[in-house]
Amino acid sequence: MPTITFTQPTGEATEIAVAEGTSLMRAAVTNGVEGIVGECGGQAMCATCHIYVRPEFADQLPPISDDEDEMLDCTTAERTDASRLGCQVKMTDQLSSIVVDVPSDQE
Amino acid sequence: MNNVSAKDSVVIIGAGQAGLQVADSLRSEGFAGPITLLNGEAILPYQRPPLSKDYLGIDSPATALPLRGPDFFTTQDITLHPGAAAAVDTQARRVTLTDGSALDYTHLVFATGAANRQLPCPGADLPAVHALRTLFDAERLQAALATARKVVVIGAGFIGLEFAAAARARGVEVTVLEYAPRPMGRALSATASDWFAARHRSDGIDLRLNEGVTAIHTEGAGLSVESTAGSHYPADLVLYGVGVNARTELAEAAGLATDNGILVDSSLRTAVDGVLAIGDCASFPQAGTGARIRLESVQNATDHGRHAARSIMGQNTDYAQTPWFWSTQGRIRLQIAGISDPSDEPVVLGDPANGKFSIALLRDGVLAAVESINSPADHVAARKLVAASVALPMEVLSAPGFSLKNFAKTVLAVPA
Ligand SMILES: Cc1cc2nc3c(=O)[nH]c(=O)nc-3n(C[C@H](O)[C@H](O)[C@H](O)COP(=O)(O)OP(=O)(O)OC[C@H]3O[C@@H](n4cnc5c(N)ncnc54)[C@H](O)[C@@H]3O)c2cc1C
Ligand code: FES
Repeated sequence: MPTITFTQPTGEATEIAVAEGTSLMRAAVTNGVEGIVGECGGQAMCATCHIYVRPEFADQLPPISDDEDEMLDCTTAERTDASRLGCQVKMTDQLSSIVVDVPSDQE
Repeated sequence: MNNVSAKDSVVIIGAGQAGLQVADSLRSEGFAGPITLLNGEAILPYQRPPLSKDYLGIDSPATALPLRGPDFFTTQDITLHPGAAAAVDTQARRVTLTDGSALDYTHLVFATGAANRQLPCPGADLPAVHALRTLFDAERLQAALATARKVVVIGAGFIGLEFAAAARARGVEVTVLEYAPRPMGRALSATASDWFAARHRSDGIDLRLNEGVTAIHTEGAGLSVESTAGSHYPADLVLYGVGVNARTELAEAAGLATDNGILVDSSLRTAVDGVLAIGDCASFPQAGTGARIRLESVQNATDHGRHAARSIMGQNTDYAQTPWFWSTQGRIRLQIAGISDPSDEPVVLGDPANGKFSIALLRDGVLAAVESINSPADHVAARKLVAASVALPMEVLSAPGFSLKNFAKTVLAVPA
């Protein structure tokens, strides 16, 4: 199974193994990863699943849709080139062992 | 009088979106006493919105999306109790559960949510007639949808239309009966509602307005839905979504005032000392006008939860969050900021023909609400503008090339 490592602003890291097709948001919420809320249930409507993807995984990510792009403008923590909505990134074999950073603030 | 003491305890009735948020926020606000969250059932609390969306798709996620992970309750030292509240004695500050046990509280929060209104017609209790509120409902519905070829939806509200669009996307024949002249007429401007009606029809949904249901009959192996127009629609599955009622029975029996919801003041407290009500079950004064409203949305439930935690901690601030809401109907993504009124003046921004536009609703020269269709950038800007009650002259709004995002940048002087 692919794994995801969520790194907190404190440096604390949690590694989670998930089935393919699971979104980063669902993996985080189901496993109680702090700092990822997922208030809209994965509809790209709330931006409370904002994460920063480490640059080495950037070229394996699915492209950002217009909807995601526009919602990323309303994240609580600053948007950077590494910003994604966790609900829009689903795990695939290529993404296996992805590492992401959780922002300090989400609401 | 409202100073929280180290001996205080909190009991929350209802472990939905609002109940979980108030528990969570109490801990982040520093509340150290016992918190008991009455769940009423033995399953991990879950999110409802996906039940009428993702959950009904062909490749739907196999499991419900929890509101919090299982460890949350231990790490935050919150007792998630499977029991349901049966009675409240506000004098003794005690909640009695259905199993006869009792819990004492210093602060009590009603977060009991809402219950689906029953369909008031013969045949409503037939097994192939479904409502959608709980995970159990969604699982039954998902299984029935897998083999359904013709469905009738009663009520063109959000849940009815989300279901209709999901069923249509699976190639099912869909008829929607709506008693009122417009779909989602209570929540949307006429302009938006008419656009949705046309769009759903062009996607192949047979949307019948001004037509209600009078009875549901069994016919052969399936059902036949009889309408006020005297028509009979065959179906192998019927879903109704004809509105909800706030769950106020328990509060009423405890002597709390209710009127389409448990009545609370601007700090979300009821008139009874130590008792609050939040989320779908609460009727609260709207910021600015003071008019009572009751909302059914995730935003309302979570913002109420955060605010109620601060009220319990002894703060006396007025709840004033700008409401926002979303709905996904097939490929149509709707986002609403603010609450519209039928008397608002609508201005269309963008081109409805290409399915990406917003409707700005002006009230006395102020932007009161914005409905955005497949236009998240407008919505994000609208939330900030509506919250700031920004004056927006018609000549500015209707100038060619006007964009909410750019306008927000200029007037709010922060990036929108
Ligand atoms: C299918 C569906 C789709 C939706 N889609 C959207 C959407 O797209 N966008 C949006 O913003 N909103 C949506 N909503 C609305 C949103 O889910 C609700 O507004 C929100 O869940 C309200 O939270 P709440 O905590 O007030 O109530 P609820 O989440 O309903 O929780 C109340 C809980 O209290 C429990 N309870 C009641 N009485 C007792 C008792 N006596 N003892 C113990 N427990 C008790 C109930 O069992 C329930 O679990 C949707 C709702 C449904 C049903
Ligand atoms: S869960 Fe809401 S935007 Fe991702």
